[in-house]
Amino acid sequence: MASKKIDLRYFPGFLPLTYLCLFLLYAPLIIVLVYSFNDSVSITKWGGLSLRWYSDVFFGPEAPKFQTAAFNSLTIAVIAATVSTTIATLAATAMIRAGNFKGRSFGFVLINLPIMVPEIVTAVATLIFFSAIGFTTGYLTILIAHIVFCIPFAYLPIAARMQSIDNTYEQAALDLYATKFEAFKLVLLPLMAPGILSGFLLAFIISLDDFIITNFVKGAGIETLPTAIFGSVKRGIQPNIMAISTLLLLVSVVFVTLSYLVGRAGEKSK
Amino acid sequence: MATDVQVKDIAIDIRSVSKLFGDFVALDKVSLGIRDNEFFTLLGPSGCGKTTLLRTIAGFEDVSAGEIVLYGKDIASLPPNKRPVNTVFQQYALFPHMDVMQNVKFGLLRQGVDEVEATKRVSEVLELVQLNQFANRLPSQMSGGQQQRVALARALAPKPKVLLLDEPLSALDLKLRQAVRLELQQIQNETGITFVFVTHDQEEALTMSDRIAVINDGQVQQVGTAEEIYEAPKNKFVADFIGETNLIDVKVKSVSGGKASCILPGGAAINCSAADGAKAGDGHLSIRPERVALVSPTKGTFVGTVTRQIYLGTDMHVDVQLDDSETVKVRVQNSKVAKIPEIGTKAGLNFDSDAARLLVD
Ligand SMILES: Nc1ncnc2c1ncn2[C@@H]1O[C@H](COP(=O)(O)OP(=O)(O)OP(=O)(O)O)[C@@H](O)[C@H]1O
Ligand SMILES: [Mg+2]
Repeated sequence: MASKKIDLRYFPGFLPLTYLCLFLLYAPLIIVLVYSFNDSVSITKWGGLSLRWYSDVFFGPEAPKFQTAAFNSLTIAVIAATVSTTIATLAATAMIRAGNFKGRSFGFVLINLPIMVPEIVTAVATLIFFSAIGFTTGYLTILIAHIVFCIPFAYLPIAARMQSIDNTYEQAALDLYATKFEAFKLVLLPLMAPGILSGFLLAFIISLDDFIITNFVKGAGIETLPTAIFGSVKRGIQPNIMAISTLLLLVSVVFVTLSYLVGRAGEKSK
Repeated sequence: MATDVQVKDIAIDIRSVSKLFGDFVALDKVSLGIRDNEFFTLLGPSGCGKTTLLRTIAGFEDVSAGEIVLYGKDIASLPPNKRPVNTVFQQYALFPHMDVMQNVKFGLLRQGVDEVEATKRVSEVLELVQLNQFANRLPSQMSGGQQQRVALARALAPKPKVLLLDEPLSALDLKLRQAVRLELQQIQNETGITFVFVTHDQEEALTMSDRIAVINDGQVQQVGTAEEIYEAPKNKFVADFIGETNLIDVKVKSVSGGKASCILPGGAAINCSAADGAKAGDGHLSIRPERVALVSPTKGTFVGTVTRQIYLGTDMHVDVQLDDSETVKVRVQNSKVAKIPEIGTKAGLNFDSDAARLLVD
């Protein structure tokens, strides 16, 4: 490294500002995490360490509701992530490997639109669309909406990975008598695997966490975990919400970390 | 050059192939007859179109015009996987997720060879490139030289009719490069497969090839054996690009039957060989530095001042500046170094008339 890195602490006020930001971001999370182990019915008074609210989540009066919601969330996340990752992989192949075809830039905008459009707009538009075509809202509408808005999140790591793979590998495969499909399946796809897995995990977590769009298109009588939590909170915050939030946080952290590690392992193996 | 060879002896007949990238002409009506079982080299400076020509043969680039005939069959419109030619890529392009065995087996399996047969063939070619004990290594666990040989084995395994090699030695260090040159020649001999080898390194081309095509600006300048190209260059580009040469402006009085009579800058007349197509008028003579002799000033056809001496190990390079300001390069064997005049002193220059050659401009 030729030049010395700039030490951010030299900027006046930078350090306190950093601490303030970190505090605002993480203090609420830490409070939720700590109070999820609180042995008290109050959400503000500490009554000693306990796992009673975790047991309440799994065996308490609200347990069946949360279990159904969790089941819906998980199945939707798995299916949405799988389908959107498949679409994103094919889209990336077309965008990056098929040369400069007509409508390429338009395709790029189309794929990434869900990231750029405010989520509430997408939510309202999707709801209007479903009711306009007379589609009954429910599990299927949530799933379709999730697949669509997960595509760009799956696309980004996949496209980044594909861009970094030299196309002479596929040329070598073609040269060695592979058909285009075999070159894709036997050479490009395995090399893409880290990017694809990374995209899948990202899509999964995005789907699992989504509230706004889900809340609009879900219709009555079906809940995902985020909407169930929201429904509960509206009737007053119970300590069991903190336990369930902590569990959700844990799943998120695990998946985001996995996605990061997979991406990094892929970088190294090149 | 290929006219005296029977058509069946031609492996690849490239018939006025042109390739345009937009307005840019990368290949300009290239015609070449590459013979069966030949080590054929495409030699030229960077950007002259060597890789492009190789890629049109492999099928990675469409030709804009012309035909590519492989053993009598026009393959110009076939996709790469339907052409019985294989490529050794410059950066090898070994599949990083497959071990050596799987890499080399790839082409065989795609051709429908059964697993047992393919495994047998793989050990054969790995033997040929002396890599048997590495069959289960990943490419990333091998040195550059070993990877290069895996790439060679992978391309040879399906027994292609023609093997295309795009500067396969450029990533290796000098010593290894020289060893691999010999090895490549041997393998070509043993397998009897026609090799089309691309390089911008003239030494590589001269030492390895049966015949060489010198290319510049997308055009074939000359085709011939190493000796023909070095001893009888056709034009200024070839004379200058292959080895070192002195280019001397002369007045050409007459050209006939491969001989020319010219007037040297000092007024002396000389009879020398002439390239096909050389004409009377202003012309250029090429004289190789090692064909010029340093003599005492009184005995020289030319007289000049020694301006530079460069020690080259086996040889000594000497620059002699003539009185009319042109500089002549001379190469003297080191055993004769004792006789080289000091820098700043006068020296005479002599050469036999058969050392000079009149070029086409
Ligand atoms: N896909 C392309 N689009 C536009 N121009 C190209 C393309 N491929 C090659 N060229 C141009 O064609 C010319 C010949 O390129 P080519 O790669 O054949 O050169 P080369 O002789 O192999 O050079 P080097 O020794 O540097 O590898 C170059 O000027 C290059 O810029
Ligand atoms: Mg090249």
